[in-house]
Amino acid sequence: MEALGFDVLLKGNNMLRLLQGLGVALKISLISVLISIGLGIVFGMLVSMKKPAINAVFNVYLEIVRIMPQMVLLFIVYFGTTKSLGLNLSAEAASIIVFSFWGTAEMTDLVRSAIISIPVIQYESSAALGMSRLQTQVHIIIPQTVRRLIPLSINLITRMIKTTSLVMMIGIVEVLKVGQQIIEANRKASPNAAFGIFATVFILYFIACWPISQLSKYLENKWAN
Amino acid sequence: MDISAITQYTPLFVQAFFLTVKIGWIGIALSLGIGIVCAFVMYFKIPVLTAIVRVYVELFRNTPLLVQLFFIYFGLPKLGLTISAEVCGALGLGLLGGSYMTEAIRSALEAVPASQRESALALGMGKGQLFGLITLPQAISSSVPAILANVIFLLKETSVFSAISLMDLMFTAKDLIGLYYDTTECLVLLVIFYVIMLLPVSLIGRAVEHRARFAIYGD
Repeated sequence: MEALGFDVLLKGNNMLRLLQGLGVALKISLISVLISIGLGIVFGMLVSMKKPAINAVFNVYLEIVRIMPQMVLLFIVYFGTTKSLGLNLSAEAASIIVFSFWGTAEMTDLVRSAIISIPVIQYESSAALGMSRLQTQVHIIIPQTVRRLIPLSINLITRMIKTTSLVMMIGIVEVLKVGQQIIEANRKASPNAAFGIFATVFILYFIACWPISQLSKYLENKWAN
Repeated sequence: MDISAITQYTPLFVQAFFLTVKIGWIGIALSLGIGIVCAFVMYFKIPVLTAIVRVYVELFRNTPLLVQLFFIYFGLPKLGLTISAEVCGALGLGLLGGSYMTEAIRSALEAVPASQRESALALGMGKGQLFGLITLPQAISSSVPAILANVIFLLKETSVFSAISLMDLMFTAKDLIGLYYDTTECLVLLVIFYVIMLLPVSLIGRAVEHRARFAIYGD
């Protein structure tokens, strides 16, 4: 094990520190996901009303998010606002703003496509059965929309967790940064620590994301049709 | 905003742009190759290989590119496997993209309706004809939107290359900001070059998406 550098994990409280680093990343993604899902549902309903002005604004917003790497957005919000607006955002606040900005666009798009994917025949059949508009929404449309939406929103959570690995680039001490610190501190004692530490970080991310994406896949299959 | 700074930095960004585009597209070509091979393995359920492909896809779909690059670039040399930053970037992008492409192509293959296969068999086609003339052409056209979405995703992911000190757009911007503190000018240039890189692909993606919707028959 020593040759592969896994021994470093057992020294001091290194493993605990790595897990705490992962905790920082998970906290940022959880907050951003909650904001994104909340705002995304509201915006998605607005967009599916098909008002030209709203849709035009949303399309520009979606295109920006679609083509700008999250890292560029992070730099703009973290470094750009400080220089040009004199705002002094903390790195965590900047990353939550960027990931919510990105996630909200994704979620809005998911909500919109879930709503418009409900066939017209569902509305017509409910009307033929004498349901009011409210009844149609509550008993027919919303349950079907939610079923289509839940697997996709769970998937958004794993994407958010993976994207938060970028925050080390603006100086947040998360799992990768902690890993680097441990490697630096043990450079003499265990020169191969880089392998063991980065392999561990790799596995930690996998353990965090895999169950969530399996759940999403399971629900998608279960609710298909 | 300082125009002279922008004109001064533009050549550096142009250089970084070509490097980013080059490594990005090599990685994407690699990911398509991996994706096609792995999707065929999964579609034909080749024993043993299917299990390996499944592990690979799950591992790389559920971890961030940054972590994969760190592992390949800083971790593997400890086992005696040293590669340059450029190869590492292309390889990392190819492996990450390969797992996404596998899923895109496999699900397109499986989405071809059973009635198509049954009709082909009823017409007396052999297995090779069935796959080459019926399943594959339909799967190719229906997988195009997903593949293009992956291409955009992968081109965006190139922004993390700077972490392994590859002189890409992000690295150049960060470096110049650190040196001269012309933050606004550098960020503007950064955005412009990413728009040049991604907007055409995104627009083509949208145009193709509309056309590909009519590609599948049956159902």
